[in-house]
Amino acid sequence: MTALQHVKLGAYYVVTMPEPDDFDFWRERARALVQCDVPPDRVAWVEPGGSGNLFSHGERRMPVPDRDAPQVRASRAFVTLAKNAILHTDTERFALLYRLLWRHQANPRIMEDKTDGDVRRIDELARIVRRDSHKMHAFVRFRLVEESDEEEAGEHYVAWFEPEHHILRANAGFFMRRFANMKWSILTPRGSLHWDGKVMEEGPPAQRSDAPAGDPAEDLWRKYYASTFNPSRLKIGAMLKEMPKKYWKNMPEASLIPELVAGAQARESAMVAAGEVKDEARPDTLAAIEKALGICRRCPIGELGTNAVMGEGPSDASFMIVGEQPGDQEDMQGRPFVGPAGQLLDMHLAEAGIERKSAYVTNTVKHFKYVMRGKRRLHQSPTAKEIDSCRWWVDSERALVKPKLVLALGASAARGVLGRTVSISRARGVPQMLDDGSELWITAHPSYLLRLEGPAREEQERLFTADLAAVAARLTELVA
Amino acid sequence: MTQLSTIEKLEILADAAKYDASCASSGTSKKNSIGGKGIGSTEGMGICHAYAPDGRCISLLKVLLTNHCIFDCHYCINRKSSDVRRARFTPQEVADLTLSFYRRNYIEGLFLSSGIIKSSNHTMEQLMETARILREEHDFRGYIHLKTIPEADPELVYQAGLYADRVSINVELPTDAGLTRLAPDKDARQIEGAMGEVKSSIIENKDARKRFKNAPRFAPAGQSTQMIVGADSASDADIVGKASRLYDGFGLRRVYYSAFSPIPDASAVLPLKRPPLIREHRLYQSDWLMRFYGYSSREVMQATGTDGMLPLDIDPKLAWALNFRENFPLDVNRAPREMLLRVPGLGVRAVNRIIAARRHHLLRLDDVAKLTVSIAKVRPFLVAADWRPTMLTDRADLRSLLAPRQEQLELFVA
Repeated sequence: MTALQHVKLGAYYVVTMPEPDDFDFWRERARALVQCDVPPDRVAWVEPGGSGNLFSHGERRMPVPDRDAPQVRASRAFVTLAKNAILHTDTERFALLYRLLWRHQANPRIMEDKTDGDVRRIDELARIVRRDSHKMHAFVRFRLVEESDEEEAGEHYVAWFEPEHHILRANAGFFMRRFANMKWSILTPRGSLHWDGKVMEEGPPAQRSDAPAGDPAEDLWRKYYASTFNPSRLKIGAMLKEMPKKYWKNMPEASLIPELVAGAQARESAMVAAGEVKDEARPDTLAAIEKALGICRRCPIGELGTNAVMGEGPSDASFMIVGEQPGDQEDMQGRPFVGPAGQLLDMHLAEAGIERKSAYVTNTVKHFKYVMRGKRRLHQSPTAKEIDSCRWWVDSERALVKPKLVLALGASAARGVLGRTVSISRARGVPQMLDDGSELWITAHPSYLLRLEGPAREEQERLFTADLAAVAARLTELVA
Repeated sequence: MTQLSTIEKLEILADAAKYDASCASSGTSKKNSIGGKGIGSTEGMGICHAYAPDGRCISLLKVLLTNHCIFDCHYCINRKSSDVRRARFTPQEVADLTLSFYRRNYIEGLFLSSGIIKSSNHTMEQLMETARILREEHDFRGYIHLKTIPEADPELVYQAGLYADRVSINVELPTDAGLTRLAPDKDARQIEGAMGEVKSSIIENKDARKRFKNAPRFAPAGQSTQMIVGADSASDADIVGKASRLYDGFGLRRVYYSAFSPIPDASAVLPLKRPPLIREHRLYQSDWLMRFYGYSSREVMQATGTDGMLPLDIDPKLAWALNFRENFPLDVNRAPREMLLRVPGLGVRAVNRIIAARRHHLLRLDDVAKLTVSIAKVRPFLVAADWRPTMLTDRADLRSLLAPRQEQLELFVA
């Protein structure tokens, strides 16, 4: 720069911005100032409404560039960043942008040098503004207002939002593209936007009380928020990083956070405790099992106060029959399979040529589970969970008796032996090898036959008889 | 049985769906509601509309159509032998709920999955019907992620892909043995077959769109899958290997890892306690190394210990660098991009900045500090104009110098 120009441009210039986010205005003024060779330290940029007292001696008229003044250069990277950075509330932003534009003229690739202080600062401002915009896209919450008094009755969605920077106007397009066919308004302390499905209008700053106070759909939304949260994975820091508390006051779901956090630990512990089975040493005799069974409280059935029903039969039987659970009669007599189902079983065993006395007969679940219906105790099926808890006892019995063949009666019994649910119709008639080398055969439970009538019963009886016959044949092979 | 209200069903079916980790709404084609009859837009970047206290992003309405299921997968809260409350939404109810939430700017769209009811085809038809109501009756242009049923008719899956932005099928467990044991009704070959079908539909559709501008889009956000970590005995090396095969074989956009977490009424076959969440985090880091840092799956496995597990105290990138110290230090002013990406503590953005800045002047350590998050972490691996680390390979205690300080472990948070 020549000394002569310095004399010519010795004045300070003051530029007052008409709007805090008016990039086009800034660009036009900055371009003229660069063309007139006004160095950054001779320009003061003033926010709208700012007094600019410090620079009251400055020139408020803009210099007029020569017609042949050189073109002002700016890289695309700079323009993209500047459009965002100018929305920041930092009062120094206009001056920073001008300084960078000025430096661009000497070094058009200045934006590549990310170690430069000015470049890092504009990066930082743009990043903060982008984040603020992104959070606005995310955290604006509309509330429905039914308009019936106007000539056009309809739905109007109104949101109250408090952005940190001057981002409202820049994001009008996003909400317009998203909710093109909806009537909506976004109210903020810095101004408001109104879209009626065709035209966007800007309005004056608003207050929280201008916005509706609630919306019935928020109950659903809060329920969803609470239900989709997994209490086993509490990570409060990760939540706060992306959803800082400053946004909470305008988000209906945020009021739930304290109680969700407080309850999480207890909910997880309860789930773990409910699944816990104490790993005791297995009893080493059947008598020890019988003794321990009486005080078993592994599952809630034990709390009903019924008698534990132990298996019975030779302790070295090569054949074991596993049923579901004791019934009313079994509970009172303390012996397995003595009720109606037991009598049916005895009849079929005899028919197949199997002597019941030679078999070890037991149940998957050791206690009778029932509900009271009038004066009767009505049988209730055990849950999968209860079967799995009680499995430990059946396993212990199997480990001691060491049968060569196990016959499971019904789905509960099959689960009690296998640990998974099987379909009787698919599993029956086909032996499965168990871990200890014994064979598992699966058939229906005799009480199932008792519940059927007519042709269905005849058909099931036939299948049951066939299953037992096959088991009897296989037993003869195994024992021989 | 008494009729459940919408809010009760939502509670049950959102709770049942939360074990799916994915909630992404990014990477689909751009669309908006201008000129349409309804609402909705997707502009490339996904948006998280809220965060739950588990730190997870809530971007989509993630629900099941029903949690009734004829399958009995041990790890699943909805298995048929589980004692949870059951509920069922109609496709219309889910569509209404989605629109009601979307209009209030709560969500980006819908992530719909379902327990298997009646048959796989019936279930798939119900899922598709929901998407059809949204897309055709309401001209909804937001994001839709449909879980597809591997056993369903491929024609149905194809139809679903025309409505959805993303489709996914969960491989569930990293090994076939694990799947057979824990999900007896599922079949690994069938799952992979269905993923293969989706892949070829995506490729054919891309090809068709090149020739016919108006060809309908098929799943523009691609397909993803999820693996459960810690429910079986698979090692990290197994998991990384499986993920890499899935990326290569099926062109997946994402493989999600979900650390097994305790569920109410858990099956006795499962471990009671969850694996540390940090394990899931280390797996995601290794996933990043493969997707953005140019590591092969073999190289990630080199970061695992003899037991096939990634170290929990340090990240896999640092673990790899410590195992291959001969590659370091690198000259920050000369090293090629792909090598700089291997420096622990340098991210993709930092590497891009270094490469742009070093065209302008020689970088000193101070300059590098301005471009990175933590100079202390990267310093031992770099040579700068005024910096040379002291004999890296000689320091046996390097790992302890770099590993984050062991804090008093969180007794209740871990």
